[in-house]
Amino acid sequence: MKLYLKIWRQKDASAPGKIVDYTLDGVEGDMSFLEMLDILNEELVSKGEEPVEFDHDCREGICGTCSLQINGEPHGPDRLVTTCQLHMRKFNDGDTIVIEPFRATAFPVIKDLIVDRSAFDRIQQAGGYISVNTSGNTIDANSIPINKHAADEAMDAATCIGCGACVAACKNASAMLFTSAKVSQFALLPQGQVEATERVQNMVRQMDLEGFGNCTNTGACEVECPKGISLTNIARMNREYLSATLKG
Amino acid sequence: MSLIKSSLARKYVMALSGLFLVTFLILHVTINLASVFSPDFFNEASHFMGYNPIVQFLMQPILIAGVIVHFVMGFVLEIQNRKARNVGYVKYNGSANAPWVSRNMIYSGLVILAFLALHFYDFWIHEMAYKYVEANPEDPTRYYHETVEKFAPFWRTILYVVSFVLLSLHLWHGFASSFQSMGANNKYTVGFTKFAKIFAVVVPLAFAFIALYHHLNPITH
Repeated sequence: MKLYLKIWRQKDASAPGKIVDYTLDGVEGDMSFLEMLDILNEELVSKGEEPVEFDHDCREGICGTCSLQINGEPHGPDRLVTTCQLHMRKFNDGDTIVIEPFRATAFPVIKDLIVDRSAFDRIQQAGGYISVNTSGNTIDANSIPINKHAADEAMDAATCIGCGACVAACKNASAMLFTSAKVSQFALLPQGQVEATERVQNMVRQMDLEGFGNCTNTGACEVECPKGISLTNIARMNREYLSATLKG
Repeated sequence: MSLIKSSLARKYVMALSGLFLVTFLILHVTINLASVFSPDFFNEASHFMGYNPIVQFLMQPILIAGVIVHFVMGFVLEIQNRKARNVGYVKYNGSANAPWVSRNMIYSGLVILAFLALHFYDFWIHEMAYKYVEANPEDPTRYYHETVEKFAPFWRTILYVVSFVLLSLHLWHGFASSFQSMGANNKYTVGFTKFAKIFAVVVPLAFAFIALYHHLNPITH
């Protein structure tokens, strides 16, 4: 199929960017979206032009590295997939596809379609950990009885790959789905109780410091999340934060 | 202190002030419905609300404070949220993942705020002038005909009805959303959410009915 691509090109973080038009022929439905961009880049390189920079790593939907706002939606029009898992069969011959970086003040553009998502790392570092004795007396995690329902919910929260689609989709560029998933995966388990009070307070404080917006419960993040992280995590974080703050 | 400054605290303030205003709507629509079904009771209730010192000097200032807190916090949130995306998308397909009402609360809120200005001019300022500026004597029978006469002009009736449509849209997202903001999202909140959606339709519909009823049934002297 033949596609008309409108791609955000930006030389570096301080340079002004703009949309550049490309026409790409010979795209197959079985290709992934990133393979389509690979072909475009091969053409650009063969013509002596600068290739389009974009983030990618595992290309199997588990690392959270790929991003891209495709036709106004993070990871494109398909549901529960990352950009690397998005097939070109989702598009039609002659389609125009607008490809932009994830937009948030806390996710500044580094080059072209690559944004700096280290704000997520700093939120995680602020409290996304548990205290485990690793001095040789480590207790097997399986020796602690955990309610099946809580274990399942914690696992669901832990499937967040930190790609940033929630921020990109949210009209307020809020990071509450990400932060709440990272709070929830520990809040639901006995191992997470030791730092429970400080964890939610520190992670929310860091989230605010990074300049993310406020949640207005539109639910866009949940719809666009490639891992189906639920809004119930945000409600849990709201509860955890309220109770942690009232405890002092 | 952290509770005041944090993004989550702002959510709690919006939710709690919104829930407070919802409870006021229940009282307001109940008394207003009496103007259709029992003018005498409407006069009695309005007179009580207008002259009871607890209502006038305690509940009324709390209500006005609730309205101010809700819309000021709404503006603060909107400004912060716009700052959180300093470069906008060339193409943003918002309707693909969130309903229109949830994405446009600021606009439905602004219409309601403009309506409140008209509503205050129509009833509250008139009432303050009647009681405290002109110092008229108490008249427990005046409320019904004053209200009906207000809805004689077509333009005012239409402005009220349009505002109630926007109120419905605002409540449709806001009321149910307040449970989520306060941390309630479980099997019990499914029922609350359904109740909130029904409330968001029924209460504004009742207000619109009252306005249209009085417009279509003027008092003939």
